[in-house]
Amino acid sequence: MARTMNISDTTVDRTFRIATGAAAVAIPLLLLLFIVQLTWGSLPAWREFGPGFLIGTEWDPVAGRYGALPAIAGTLLTTFLALLFAIPAAFVTALYLADAPPVFGGILSQALDLLAAIPSVIYGMWGLFVLAPIMQETIQPFLSETLGLGRIPFFGVDGDGFGFLTAGIILALMILPYISAVMRNVFLMTPPMLVESARGIGCTRWEAARDIMVRYGARGLLGAIFIGLGRALGETMAVLFVIGNISEVPTSLYSSGTTIAATLANHFAEADGVLRAVLFALGLVLLALSLAVQIFARYYLMLTNSSRGEK
Amino acid sequence: MSDEIKISVRNLNFFYAGNHQALFDNNLEIRANHVTAVIGPSGCGKSTHLRTYNRIFELYRGQRAEGEILVDGENILSPHVDVLELRRRIGMIFQKPTPFPMSVFDNVAYPLRLHFKLSKSEIADRVEDALRGVSLWDEVSGKLKTSGLALSGGQQQRLCIARAVTAAPEVLLMDEPTSAIDPVATLKIEDLILQLREKFTIVIVTHNMQQAARISDYTAFFYQGRIVEYGRTEAIFTNPSNPKTEEYITGRFG
Repeated sequence: MARTMNISDTTVDRTFRIATGAAAVAIPLLLLLFIVQLTWGSLPAWREFGPGFLIGTEWDPVAGRYGALPAIAGTLLTTFLALLFAIPAAFVTALYLADAPPVFGGILSQALDLLAAIPSVIYGMWGLFVLAPIMQETIQPFLSETLGLGRIPFFGVDGDGFGFLTAGIILALMILPYISAVMRNVFLMTPPMLVESARGIGCTRWEAARDIMVRYGARGLLGAIFIGLGRALGETMAVLFVIGNISEVPTSLYSSGTTIAATLANHFAEADGVLRAVLFALGLVLLALSLAVQIFARYYLMLTNSSRGEK
Repeated sequence: MSDEIKISVRNLNFFYAGNHQALFDNNLEIRANHVTAVIGPSGCGKSTHLRTYNRIFELYRGQRAEGEILVDGENILSPHVDVLELRRRIGMIFQKPTPFPMSVFDNVAYPLRLHFKLSKSEIADRVEDALRGVSLWDEVSGKLKTSGLALSGGQQQRLCIARAVTAAPEVLLMDEPTSAIDPVATLKIEDLILQLREKFTIVIVTHNMQQAARISDYTAFFYQGRIVEYGRTEAIFTNPSNPKTEEYITGRFG
């Protein structure tokens, strides 16, 4: 029997279209609502402190005076350190995995993916109980004294194992699997014939990777970095354990401090009145930072697209 | 033209991963400054054969070649050979143009920067020479800084030939270099190959028998991994001695 078009079919079609359409529209709507809510909730803070809130350094709950600079600077510094450590490590890891023997490479790739599955609180505990003592007893003295880097301003001399450097290292470990998984896929997408023509001209493996695969996959590699950047900006739990949680602008790599996410997590339980508005304002700043990163990334990719002359 | 032997292939056997044999006892003498065409039906091993000359097959696990390939009397399959230098001496052009994701100028300058220490002006001179050599200079001299990917397919392939030539090779291996190119651009590349013969020894794999007849001096007919017949192109095309060759060139299979 031929299937005939009847009213119930078109009703099903229409319902389906409305349902999927609504789900799709809900996403930008949610984002918009987040922005509205955060702006609304943070209004008292902006009224109280003005734009100077962004560069204020005070954090005095007793006097009711708050500034966002320590949290913003801390967020940027930990994110920067995380990328600094994670990008080269992820790059060489991905390069190896893309070219590894099938079985061994497969196992390593799986293990790398599992690294991404570790809950961040585990990283935090590991940072607190394992990494921080090692940092204090071995790594920090080695860097500052043995290598003499302590003479460089801002590097840091006496560390207690906590602070920005430790947080940056943990963050780097956390974002490493994300970055290198995407980078590996980017390398695997390089056309074999392009690799052959580079090697066929007398390139070593490294030269072909550096000059050809990196350029060919530039957009994908940048995308991988931004995935890591996005995660590092907002990561809360692992940082909370090792950052020291004091609202001070970074004075050295070893100094304790805070990040936006850590500040939010630390204070929400007790927040009311103006502190609540301050936390909303910090949330808004974090959201703005993340969005700015994404928008900049897209804009930059567009620019590089046109300069590479692709059709 | 000299009749000097540039490449001498002796008892070459080739295996893909899993010990799957693709070439059987290939013997071939490639003459310097001549164009040698390698023809045969799909899967007969002609590309595989070509890919042993610069050992590019070694990029892939499990592939191995046995026997000898003498280039100027030296066995290049020997583990003692400097593969990077070998690949500088024996350039390769592929089925599709493979411009690097960089500017037209940098594409051609790349092998210069890789292999030779030259001043900026020497590099610029050699890039211009190479682009003139492939008749591309007039078309791209105004857009040396644009991406090599922005050129047309035929231009891209000539760019790749210019890039191969700047490495100052002795031999050019071409693996169906016009299979992805339109007919007009194909004719330009065939003209170019005839010019390049003056300076280089050229081995070209082609599935196009008219092309082989037009541009080659010698032709080797491959079938099922064996060299069935090898000789002067006129002889192969007018008076093949093996019935398989005749069947193939008259289009009865392939």
